[in-house]
Amino acid sequence: MPEPMGFYTDTTVCIGCKACEVACKEWNQLPATNGGRNTLSGDSYDNTRRLDGIHWRHVKFIEQFSADRRDGRWLMMSDVCKHCVRAGCLEVCPTGAIIRTEFDTVVIQSDVCNGCRDCIAGCPFGVIDMNPVSGTAQKCTLCYDRMRAGMEPACSKACPTDSINFGPIRELKQQAQQRVDQLHARGERDAYLYGADERMLGGLNSFYLLVDTPETYGLPPDPKLPSRNLKPGSLWSVLGAVVVGLAGLVSFRMRGNDDA
Amino acid sequence: MPSTFFTEAPHWRWLIILYFFIGGIAGGCYFLAALIDLTGRPADRPLARLGYLIALPAVVVCGIVLIADLGRPERFWHMLLQSATWRPMFKTYSPMSLGAWGLLVFGGFAFLSFLGALADGERRRGFAVLRPPALLGTSVSILGGLAAFFLVSYTGVLLAVTNRPIWSDTTLLGAVFLVSSASTSIALLVLLGSRRVFFISGLRALQRFDVIVLVLELLTLIALVVSLGSLARVWLSAWGALLLFGVVGLGIVLPLVLHRRAPSPLAPAARLAAVLVLVGGFLLRVVIVLSSEAI
Repeated sequence: MPEPMGFYTDTTVCIGCKACEVACKEWNQLPATNGGRNTLSGDSYDNTRRLDGIHWRHVKFIEQFSADRRDGRWLMMSDVCKHCVRAGCLEVCPTGAIIRTEFDTVVIQSDVCNGCRDCIAGCPFGVIDMNPVSGTAQKCTLCYDRMRAGMEPACSKACPTDSINFGPIRELKQQAQQRVDQLHARGERDAYLYGADERMLGGLNSFYLLVDTPETYGLPPDPKLPSRNLKPGSLWSVLGAVVVGLAGLVSFRMRGNDDA
Repeated sequence: MPSTFFTEAPHWRWLIILYFFIGGIAGGCYFLAALIDLTGRPADRPLARLGYLIALPAVVVCGIVLIADLGRPERFWHMLLQSATWRPMFKTYSPMSLGAWGLLVFGGFAFLSFLGALADGERRRGFAVLRPPALLGTSVSILGGLAAFFLVSYTGVLLAVTNRPIWSDTTLLGAVFLVSSASTSIALLVLLGSRRVFFISGLRALQRFDVIVLVLELLTLIALVVSLGSLARVWLSAWGALLLFGVVGLGIVLPLVLHRRAPSPLAPAARLAAVLVLVGGFLLRVVIVLSSEAI
């Protein structure tokens, strides 16, 4: 059994080249938006806009400038499926299309998925969406096919600055912690790891080094599992059923003056 | 910003709203029919019959609507059987998986009771065993009634067991849908039953039940808004206006007022109240589904 594999993305060295997006689209043969007729979003250099069924990598551009533009910085981050150790999408999938692989990654089997879209609502990160060509929900597979062949995923292979690092999770965590320590030593005290900790959904097998709040990068501060609501939601429903049932019994049993 | 706002909408729109509404009618009418059959008087049996006759076609429509909503409708059976092994596909912690089976099981009971309801006096008398007071019929109605409760409430739990805003920020949607399905089903039975004078005794009981259920619905909706806490501010919008004026005003308060004014369920005001409850029940599902989809 191979050990858990994943991505560690150091956003401080991302230069926003989008090589990862291109490599992902090329390898996975994902179609272009609108048949290739792209439109500009007007949002910085980001015309991909979001992760969805045909965009499994998305480089975010966050411009942080003062009003007079004298001071500022760019934050760039290549977003992808987090391959959560406790995955919301996998939990809710009713067909068993979403599986955990031998690499501890989360993959949607496109030949099983029937496009019910529950996983889209279940994902805490808004990663999954429909692929209009296949009619199924799709997302990053962490290049399961390449990994099976002993190869590195296309995106991390293409990344020219090693912002995207691929490898065994255990090693990636060590590498990431060293980088955080290095940044702290250099004065970048805001650097921290997002999702490396097991407290976040058991740990994200694609975790990040960030230098601002998660919200700044469009990441949820406190992602949770959908199943947290299963028990209380069911109990309230049962209580409702009991109350309605009793009200029905009372209405039909107590009708002394009906025949008047 | 709450974490649920960083998620994507699953594109559940009009077909799903329609399913939530018709599913509520199917389960609710079955529950009412079973309730009337098991506790009512012999004079009420035609009203119960009407409930069974509505439940089966409604649940068939539910199945068709759900299949049509899939990205790959021809693979609908993947919800029930594992496509590679043909073993049953069943996940106790996935409300949609449970719901697929629940719909199938309820459909079975609705079918049996539909047959039972076809027995009418001397005609098709053989089917009468499928309806109370026959022992088999009593068992079918009790088990079918339980399945009906599941069918009308699991949809709300399904919405809660996601990470979407509003839906997963409360745990009360199952109860809200359940109570609303009772009120809309009572309304439909009153509307269709009020054409026949001989339904009057059962209709009076239904009307009394309706008042209790509408008050319950108002209370659960208030509890829903309270349970959302500060998140309820997302309804400070056209959706909130629709909830307040459409669902609560038109669909609950006005029917309650009309009930007070119209002591007889055969009066035009009672029929108007029934129509308003149905409209309110539909709008409730529109608001719940689309106000989250819009975020």
